[in-house]
Order: sequence, then C-alpha cells, then structure tokens
Amino acid sequence: MSRTDELLNDPVFLRELVMDHYKYPHHHGLIDRKDLLSRHMASDSCIDDITVQADIKDGLIKDVRFDGVACTISTASTSMMSDLLIGKTLEEARDIISNYLEMIENREYDPDKLEEAVAFKNVYKQANRIKCATIGWKAMQEMIDESENRNG
Amino acid sequence: MFDVNEVRKDFPMIMNHPDMIYFDNGATTYKPHCVLDAMMEYYTCYNSNIERGDYDTAIRADKAYAHTRESVAKLVNCETKEVVFLANVTAALNQVAYGLAKDHLKEGDTVLLSEAEHASNLLPWFSLSKQKGFRIHYIPLDQQANADPEALERCLDDSVKVISLAYVSNVLGSVQPIKEICRIAHERNILVCVDGAQAIGHRKIDFKDLDADFFCFSSHKMCGPDGVGVLIGKYPLLQEMDPLLLGGGMNARFYADGSYILKDAPEKFEAGTPNIEGVIGLSAACEYLMSLGMDQIHAYEKELRSHFIDQIKDLDQIILYNPDNLSGPVTFNVKDIFAQDVAGYLASKGIAVRSGNHCAKILHEIIGTDQSVRASLYFYNTKEEIDRFVEALKGLSLESAIDVFI
Repeated sequence: MSRTDELLNDPVFLRELVMDHYKYPHHHGLIDRKDLLSRHMASDSCIDDITVQADIKDGLIKDVRFDGVACTISTASTSMMSDLLIGKTLEEARDIISNYLEMIENREYDPDKLEEAVAFKNVYKQANRIKCATIGWKAMQEMIDESENRNG
Repeated sequence: MFDVNEVRKDFPMIMNHPDMIYFDNGATTYKPHCVLDAMMEYYTCYNSNIERGDYDTAIRADKAYAHTRESVAKLVNCETKEVVFLANVTAALNQVAYGLAKDHLKEGDTVLLSEAEHASNLLPWFSLSKQKGFRIHYIPLDQQANADPEALERCLDDSVKVISLAYVSNVLGSVQPIKEICRIAHERNILVCVDGAQAIGHRKIDFKDLDADFFCFSSHKMCGPDGVGVLIGKYPLLQEMDPLLLGGGMNARFYADGSYILKDAPEKFEAGTPNIEGVIGLSAACEYLMSLGMDQIHAYEKELRSHFIDQIKDLDQIILYNPDNLSGPVTFNVKDIFAQDVAGYLASKGIAVRSGNHCAKILHEIIGTDQSVRASLYFYNTKEEIDRFVEALKGLSLESAIDVFI
C-alpha cells in the first residue's frame, strides 16, 4: 500500500480533509459570465441550496465554480469534485462521476479515480445524507449532458 | 399529574426503542396502544364501508365513525356537526382557502397571514390570490414570531376580509393571541382561520371560547393515526361554503341535466370513502388525551421545555431562537455547524430531531437564519432524555459531526 493509499484509508486524515474542504472550499464563489453553464440545486432536498457553474469548451471542463448554503458533506464533496473534474475531458469526467455515484450507493468502484473523494465512501450508511453527497455531482452530470446535447 | 413512566408504557414505539430519544414530535407523534387497538378492531371485527349499509357490521362502522365527531367535539368544545374529516390539516386549510376564495373574497380584498406560517397556510392563498386577484399581507411579528394584537389592529383596513394564522408556530412555538385576534377581527366582520396543527394535543383548545371561524388540525400530531385532518368551522359558515372535492357520500341527489343537491355540512365536505380506520383511531386518541387531561399535558410540557431551556441556554456554542416562548419546540443552531450536520450527529447518538427550514421558508426574514435544528417535545418525553440530549450536544464539534459519516 502506498503512502497515499494509507492516508486515504485513515479516518483521521479523511476527517481533516473533509474539514479543510468545508472550511476553505476550493473553486468557491460564482463568476458572472453568461457563457457558463449553471445549475441551481435546491429542489432535491429541503435544506442544501447550491449553485454549480461549469465552463465547458471543446469537450473539456475548463472550470467549475460553486456557491450556496450547504452542509459539510455537500460543500466538501462539491469542492473535491471541482478539483477532480477541472481539466478533464467530458468522457473522463463522466467516468469519475459514475465511479463516485457507484461508491455512494455502496457498489463497486475504482478508488484511484476518485482520489480524495473516497472520503465519502461510508456515506451510504446514512441514507438521508446521500442527497448531500451527490448534489454537486448531479449538477455537473446535468451540465455535461446539456453541453453534449447542445453540441450533438 | 400523570406518571410519565407509566404513560411511556402506553406507546409501543417507546417500548420498541427504549434507548432512542424522540424529539421530533412537531413532525409527528407516537400512537398509544388504545389507538392502534381501535383501528385493529375495526379491521378485524367490523370492517365495512360507512353510510347506508343494511347489515350489522356496517351499522357498527357508521356508529364508530360518527362517534369520533363526538370525541373531537368534546376535546375542542364545538358542536358535532361542526367537525369535518379530511385527509390532513393541509387539506383542511386548502378547503378553507378554496371555499373563502370562491364566494367570500373578491378582487382588491386582503388576506392577512404571517411570515411564520407553514407552507400549507401560505401556498393555497398564494395560488388563489393569483386566480382571484385578492392581496396577501403579513402581520408584523417580533423576533420570536409573536404577533401583537395592537400591531395587528393597525394593519386592518376595509379591504381585510380574512386572517389565517397558526395558533402555535411550528418553528418557534410562538403562541398567537387568537382569542384577542378573533375579537378584533369580528368587530370588523373579518373571518379568522386558525392552523392548529402544533396546538392540538399540546394545550386545551376551546373552539367556542376562542371564537375562531375555522380551526384546522391533523390527527397524527395528537397521538392519532396519519391521514386524518379535521376542519372545525362555525356551522353557518360551513353550510355556506362550497366543498373542494365532489363525489360519492356527499351528494343528496343529482340529475342528468347536471344539477345536483349536496348534503349538509359536515358530510358535504367528505367526498369518497374516508379514512374510516383513521377516524376511528382519532376517537381513541381524543379519549386518551382527555383521560390524561389536556391541562396536565400542557403543564408537564411547559415544565419539560423550561428544563430544556435552562440546560442549554448557557452553552456557548448554541444559538437559541426562541428561549422566551413558553411552549412548542426548542429551535437552535450550533455555531459554525450546519443544521443538518447537527441532526446527523445527534442521530448517531440515538436522538431524533429535525433540521431544515421546517416548511416555513419565509421565516428567515424574522429570525435571520435559513435553517435550524428543532427539538420538539411531547408529554411522553422526560427530563432524563433532555439531560442526555444536552450531554450529547456538549460532545458536538465539527470533528465529531464529520466523524459520523467518515
């Protein structure tokens, strides 16, 4: 087991990671650009209310931004998602998202593709938090669909 | 005063989850054996549809269904013919809004609501105001969502025709001075509808003394079964009001030319086969509460709540939104920890509370937060449970909240 693998299985490290992404989320704050795709996710659950933006051009995710009022799980998981998806092709992004969603549903997935996002591998034990863990990811999935439909 | 440890034995949910602390009574309450037994007896001994059955079990079902009107009338001091059974308090509030919008309200009229109302006392009015052209205004509330009758009086002009308010706010437990509001309203021929969802089963309700025109509540928030709501209305007003649903059981005659004659209230509001089982269970719930005594229940809950407030008011990390309200839920946040993370942490300690905006999505204007944690008590809760809750809360930090799902 490599040092990274060890860390990603260490609950204390994972907790610190989630705390860090919650307190200091990456790619946080929306930008005012009309050419960005955007999703306001407020209807799925009563309480998290976030907006995710994506800059998708030539089949590449150039940027992801998000903001809103949200819990530790949705904030940190969306922050980690932004780190993972920026710079990826749509195909790579889809693969990462689908592995993540498999993990959240407690099915087989490739942890190497998810890097830090494996921090949420146990969320399935609390069914009511699955929505929190997927809200940002579903927004991204929808925007990838939209961009492909637009170009297809 | 009843013995809470004896009372707890009446509730199978408590006996089946002896270590769980259930502080989500604002959402729903547990059902005692007697309520479950009454429903089981209906299904096992006299399961039949009501009305016009010419056989013994049907007649027995008719009687049991009708008997609930008497139990409810006794519980809230109204006439039996003023008791309408619907699906829930939401259906009752929709019925009132629909009925008043149809024949009582016209363009330019005003309906007064408050920003502390539950969605079910706002959305029907929102929708109907668009169709009928009446306006909606909000009465002024203080920071703990209490309405002041004098401030209300200043809002009243000739356009105000209806006031619809929750007796007890589902978020803050604010108790509105309904009797005083009714007095002021009736001087000006304004009708008053009361959402009693969080009041029923927690305090003595005297419909005649309050002098409200309509009073709505749900059975499941007073130890009764789900799926039954009650609309109490002054009889002449019910007679004038059009039903929201039409169908079987509520018509007297109808003809091929499209004309029809409806039954009198309350039956004309109860189209279709009702929730017979639920209505029968509600009767048992009314009797159960009356056997404990509504005044005793209320006094015990106040005592519990004040113990709760005493225990948490000095905790540094707690922001309390309604310390001064004497009844209803205790609503709070923990500094720097999102409400749902608090609820998730408490759940891991076997404590059931609710986080969110509690279906009162415009209340944040008053209390300055979008979401909060609500701990709502009932007469089967204990001081020991509150002490355990407070101990659990003391162990809450961002770290421990995250550890729950790592």
